[in-house]
Amino acid sequence: MSQQTASPVEIQMNGPDIQQMLDTSVLTTRADKFIAWGRKNSLWPLPFGTACCGIEFMSVVGPRYDVARFGAEVVRFSPRQSDFLLVAGTITEKMGPILKLIYEQMLEPKWVLAMGACASSGGFYRAYHVMQGADKIIPVDVYVPGCPPTPEAVIDGIMKIQELIASGRRRPVQR
Amino acid sequence: MAFDISVLQKDLSEKVGAKLEFTRAFGDDVVSFPKEKLLPMMTHLKERHGFQFMLDICGVDYPNRAKRFDFVYHLYAPSSKGRLRLKTQVGETETIESLTPVYRGANWFEREAFDMFGIRFAGHPNLRKILTHDDFVGHPLRKDYPADRQQHTDRVQPIWFEPSQGSDSHPDKSLVPINIGPSHPATHGTLRIMGELDGEIVKRLNVEIGYLHRCFEKMAETHFYNQIIPYTDRLNYCSAPMNNVGFCKTVERMMGVDIPPKAKAMRIVLSELSRVIDHLVCIGTNCVDLGALTIFWYIFEQRERVYTMFEKLCGARLTVALTRVGGMAYDNPSGWEQECLETVKGIRKCIDELDQLLTENKIFIKRTLGVGKISAEDAIDFGFTGPCLRASGVNLDLRKAQPYYGYDQLDFDVPIGTNGDLYDRYLVRMEEMRQSLKIIEQVCKNMPAGDYTIRDKNIVLPEKKDVWGNIEGLMNHFMLVIKGIRPPVGEIYDSTEAANGELGFYLVSDGGPRPYRLKVRPPCFAIYQAFPYMMQGQYVADVIATLGSLNIVAGELDR
Repeated sequence: MSQQTASPVEIQMNGPDIQQMLDTSVLTTRADKFIAWGRKNSLWPLPFGTACCGIEFMSVVGPRYDVARFGAEVVRFSPRQSDFLLVAGTITEKMGPILKLIYEQMLEPKWVLAMGACASSGGFYRAYHVMQGADKIIPVDVYVPGCPPTPEAVIDGIMKIQELIASGRRRPVQR
Repeated sequence: MAFDISVLQKDLSEKVGAKLEFTRAFGDDVVSFPKEKLLPMMTHLKERHGFQFMLDICGVDYPNRAKRFDFVYHLYAPSSKGRLRLKTQVGETETIESLTPVYRGANWFEREAFDMFGIRFAGHPNLRKILTHDDFVGHPLRKDYPADRQQHTDRVQPIWFEPSQGSDSHPDKSLVPINIGPSHPATHGTLRIMGELDGEIVKRLNVEIGYLHRCFEKMAETHFYNQIIPYTDRLNYCSAPMNNVGFCKTVERMMGVDIPPKAKAMRIVLSELSRVIDHLVCIGTNCVDLGALTIFWYIFEQRERVYTMFEKLCGARLTVALTRVGGMAYDNPSGWEQECLETVKGIRKCIDELDQLLTENKIFIKRTLGVGKISAEDAIDFGFTGPCLRASGVNLDLRKAQPYYGYDQLDFDVPIGTNGDLYDRYLVRMEEMRQSLKIIEQVCKNMPAGDYTIRDKNIVLPEKKDVWGNIEGLMNHFMLVIKGIRPPVGEIYDSTEAANGELGFYLVSDGGPRPYRLKVRPPCFAIYQAFPYMMQGQYVADVIATLGSLNIVAGELDR
């Protein structure tokens, strides 16, 4: 290339049809918005399915409810690969340290959804070996009620997480 | 040879030579014995009277008695179809002989009793906690332990092995330690497998359970009988209605209630639908472990169709709580049976497709044939029941052996395997599903007319129109809600054939509105304790495949 040739960017910036190009093939946005858009549409869930809710989560992934429509079908059991912890089922005191470890191993940014009554509050197990909600040890962004919640409710919860990501808000309660 | 308690009574009194007390409680034969005679008596029963199955061991706490604990054994003799409950009393500071030399399956049951009650066993190979975590102080099923006192832990146990597997309980430094679970895709729940590998071969393997111990039995002691039904849903949550049926059947037998024909028919239909979807999810997830994800998508559509049928009955999909003591919770909507028959057609088509995809598939056969074998003798010794036992060639199905709800009038077969390997378990489940569909068709085509529940005002809530419409209905409703159902004083063991095997409930009532003690006999519990034994010297990939085929459901395993 000779020295006289200008760089492609310069040519476009100096060209007469810059306005037309902006109208047809360029979108402007803020970097954080753009990143959030990417994140919210490619959630990689880690289903921490411990009990009955785990079975309902299978329905959420299954063909009828198909969570792939929301970009969250790449289920990964490795905390290093996922950014969305889905606590599906009762967390017992024995399981507590493991849940905490898995949450800590996930890379930031990460979001947590408590699926069902047990993960949210211990549910109807007000019992000696049941932790009264996953939020006793890890932060939770969205709680989905139900025992177990219907797949529609879980998908609604996932959409709430997506809204949270898009808005850039931090979780309501920091622990 | 039919079971004759008088023959056994004579023989046992002579042989054991101790004071034995024979009683009958609600049709169950009970033997009370002094605890010193445990081993000779059990050996005699096993060898001479065919009591090959040690079904359940549990404790009952009576804090105000001199000898605090009752210790209860349930035995079953498949040849004579005899059932026996043996009871002995143990003081708080006393020990009792371990039953493990006679029945290997006693191992975990005794560990559970140790964990829950603090009963000590002499000669037990590995007496350590099984369900609660290691920082847990106290014994939760004792009456003086409050149901809601939680204890926190920050520790996870490192990998450990049983003393019977070698003197060093830590993994060998020269071998590769491996930890699978409790959050791992292959465990389908909260199971933890700890192993030691030499290359790909498993040298030692151990399992740790209790990660989903939700205190079902303690919850049962603090709730009214009908309030327990939702808790039973969450035992084997893959086939929730079956647990409802098992529990209600136990309470009904104790109260001498005969439910109407329509309720019986509905319970059969629900049980068989649950059996089908339980087996489907077992085969589907097992195939996921083997790398065949497609099967899972196929079967889950059928599960959804069955969920829709449940939804039409009660509004819930998975945890239905459909039965009540005395019958069903609701009547069927009109046309439900017809839709059920349509659903059955769809499932049958799906099973045929599965059959074409898997049964003669070369890869599937190579991964499953001869893998995860267990012989009939071992299976019986560990207390296997259900499809896993039948795959080993033992013909035992409670629907045939002690028919209930009119199963004896239905036309169906019980498939039996020969090798007890993974492939046989698959074949048995496939055929069982077809037989279940056959049962559903027979019942749905001849659904009895009439009421769906009994109308005893001391057991069943009056209909809403009576509660709102007249003072008597209102009073009955009020009284039943406040006072609850009150079965007579006594104890009973009753069992049904659930998807994984014999699901038993041992219920002790003190005449109050809550059970004094409710022990579940979970089929998975007995099956899973054989797992380390089965996997010794196998490939690590086969560990995953075998685990899936045993269909261990954590809710039922840990309760």
